[in-house]
Amino acid sequence: MPYPVATVDECGEDVESFRSRARLWLKSEMPARDRDAVHAGSSDDQWTRARHLQRTLFDGGFAGICYPAEFSGQGLSYLHQRAFNEEARDYQLPTLLNLPSLAICLPTILELGTDEQRRQHIPAALRGDEVLVEFLSEAHSGSDLAGALTRADFDSGKWVINGSKIWTSSAFAGDYSMCLARTNWDVPKHRGLTMFLVPVRHPGVTVRRIRQVNGNSEFCEEFLDNVEVGPEAVLGEVDGGWAVANHRFYYSRTALGGGNPYVNGDHDESVALSRGITVGGSHDIAELARRLPSELRTGATSVADAFVMEAVRDALARRITTGVRNGLFPIEAASMMRLFHAQTDWACVDSALALAGSYAATGRADGSRGAGAFGEAYLFRQATSLGGGSTEMARNVISERVLKMPREAAPDVGIPFREVRRGPD
Amino acid sequence: MIEVELSSDQRMLLAATTQFLERTSSSQLVRERSERGAGLDRDWWTIGAELGWMSFLVPEELGGGSVSGAGLVDLALVAEEAGRRTAPGPLIPASAAISALAGAAVANDSARALLEDALAGRSVITWAVHEPDAAWDPTRPRAVARRAGDKIVLTGTKDRVEFGADSDHFVVEAMLDGELAQLVVPRTASGVRIEPVWSLDLARSFATVTFDDVELGGDALLGHAEVAIRAVERQAQLVHVLQSAETAGSTEYVFDLTRQWATDRFAFGRPLASYQAIKHRMADMVTVVHALQAIVRSAAEAVHLESPAAPKLARTAAIFAGTRSLDLMQDCVQIHGGIGVTWEHDLHLYLRRATVNRAHYGTPEELTAALEHLLGS
Repeated sequence: MPYPVATVDECGEDVESFRSRARLWLKSEMPARDRDAVHAGSSDDQWTRARHLQRTLFDGGFAGICYPAEFSGQGLSYLHQRAFNEEARDYQLPTLLNLPSLAICLPTILELGTDEQRRQHIPAALRGDEVLVEFLSEAHSGSDLAGALTRADFDSGKWVINGSKIWTSSAFAGDYSMCLARTNWDVPKHRGLTMFLVPVRHPGVTVRRIRQVNGNSEFCEEFLDNVEVGPEAVLGEVDGGWAVANHRFYYSRTALGGGNPYVNGDHDESVALSRGITVGGSHDIAELARRLPSELRTGATSVADAFVMEAVRDALARRITTGVRNGLFPIEAASMMRLFHAQTDWACVDSALALAGSYAATGRADGSRGAGAFGEAYLFRQATSLGGGSTEMARNVISERVLKMPREAAPDVGIPFREVRRGPD
Repeated sequence: MIEVELSSDQRMLLAATTQFLERTSSSQLVRERSERGAGLDRDWWTIGAELGWMSFLVPEELGGGSVSGAGLVDLALVAEEAGRRTAPGPLIPASAAISALAGAAVANDSARALLEDALAGRSVITWAVHEPDAAWDPTRPRAVARRAGDKIVLTGTKDRVEFGADSDHFVVEAMLDGELAQLVVPRTASGVRIEPVWSLDLARSFATVTFDDVELGGDALLGHAEVAIRAVERQAQLVHVLQSAETAGSTEYVFDLTRQWATDRFAFGRPLASYQAIKHRMADMVTVVHALQAIVRSAAEAVHLESPAAPKLARTAAIFAGTRSLDLMQDCVQIHGGIGVTWEHDLHLYLRRATVNRAHYGTPEELTAALEHLLGS
């Protein structure tokens, strides 16, 4: 079960007085939002800026609204966070830090970490001093996360990690990573993994940025060569890394699909930033529609198409997260949110492409994109159904774990991982 | 059905409704009544009214009352159950008509008396809103009313009137003095002609109703100008929520049938449910089933609270339900194979219901255009 977030009744301050307080504070302390700013998070400046904004939130008493007060959060409810998000709509917020740092890594540490780990990472991240990233996927295995080959061997009181990771969002900007490594090769694959908290700038860690089809570089790959960490770096149990990964899946599915209480500020923007996607939601598409010359508007219903998907996505997120909290749905039900979220993104990207029409493929003389940005974003359309586990994986999870349909035959189950067949390296 | 947010009173309502519908609206009974060409079973409708179906949208001071305080959420639960059994009865248009009566009842004694009868199930009232060959635009009717002394005279034709042949009263839109008006018209008034038409739905009948210089008392006027426009918008929202709720129930039932079929049916020595091609489709379907129930709930709450999002969310629910339910049901027919296109199998009862819901009170295409307009693009 997810770490309990305070209910409204448990909070000393009711939502509406919190809202008024937030409104006044935002007005005096936070810079107004610049809606025209290109907000893909690939530049160092943007990260410095985000950390600075996070620090301002922290100093003002608005960082980590749903995190417990004992770890420097505000100890308030999800409704308080939602009120804050509504009030903060026209201000710059450090949404770059939501995924994965504040909304996936941090709650996983909150839920499964030792007190020492919580005290080390949660306040630091809420202050903007620390950014957490995830070293999970590997080049050879894609969606088969539990097939990780990166190894950690215990030697003279230290863990020594070797291997490589890929598709890591914003590793270049991170301070600490949650790194999944194999610690036992003699048991079936899910039972021999351990999650480690590894500093990103650490001897033996090399980060390389990957250039994506849209020209941005949010994603990275990492090489780990004899990276040494102590026993205190283990998150959860040794050989219990898959359980940690499963909890982390819940936070990632809700962070993507909606309903994650640790996402601070605009949900769509957070997701878009983590993926380097520049098409936002139906708001952005409506804005595009307004800017188009009227003769190019062909009575299309593109904004409505995107809006319908968004509204249903939000309603679904509420239903699923409520159902999971009430114990009516298994935790894997969040995969339905993940799936629907991808379909919503597709609808938005497709709507934008349709609306941009004949101007989807060219820009201006100064190299800026204009409506061409929507054509460029279209190239990256599938990223939303790949990142964070592909939608095909989500469908497997939904059918097998939610609908209890028969599992796929899997020749890698129940045998020691070292005997599992692999393709050529 | 799994409802994630229910009070214990709502659970009791749901249990009572389910029990009643299970007993009275099995697919076998629906088929038998249809074969006999039987109209609305008035006793059945009265019991529904006694279960509170007509009262949820009406404030207590007017003789109504809901289970949870959010009457539309309660009524949507009933509509979902009705959809699971393709129940007969004018739950949807009667709710709209009752909303029109309730809006006028404080100042209009005749409306109040009609409301009391309708709440008790003694009389049946429907919303006659569609007009022949006209697109969905209920605030701009072609029907016309004119004043003659203290009387109002109505002329016009409404079609696709749900349970038109079984209704005692009609709520009708017409232009009066160049502004929208809502009128309540008894079937017995001189100049009212009711002509039943063929219906795709075996349990739900339709009629064309013609009003030929129908003379009405001044108290037939339920609302005029801005008041009528607001009332009609609200009725449309109610209808969209209830229709979506019903379709959500039908969709879930069809999904459950298909899931069971895929589990029981073997092909090439293994259950259909073990094929990934089927599993992935079922995963998509169950996501839509939950998405439908979710948007119904969100829209019901927004419309109940009259929140600024209500006009958009009600249309969103109707658009999503109107399109996705049918895609899903046709895929379920496909997974059933040949049996799925036979009269004998129940699938078509649900496909009929969802197709009827898609067609009436604004198609997804009409509502999408309206939503695009609301979004101001």
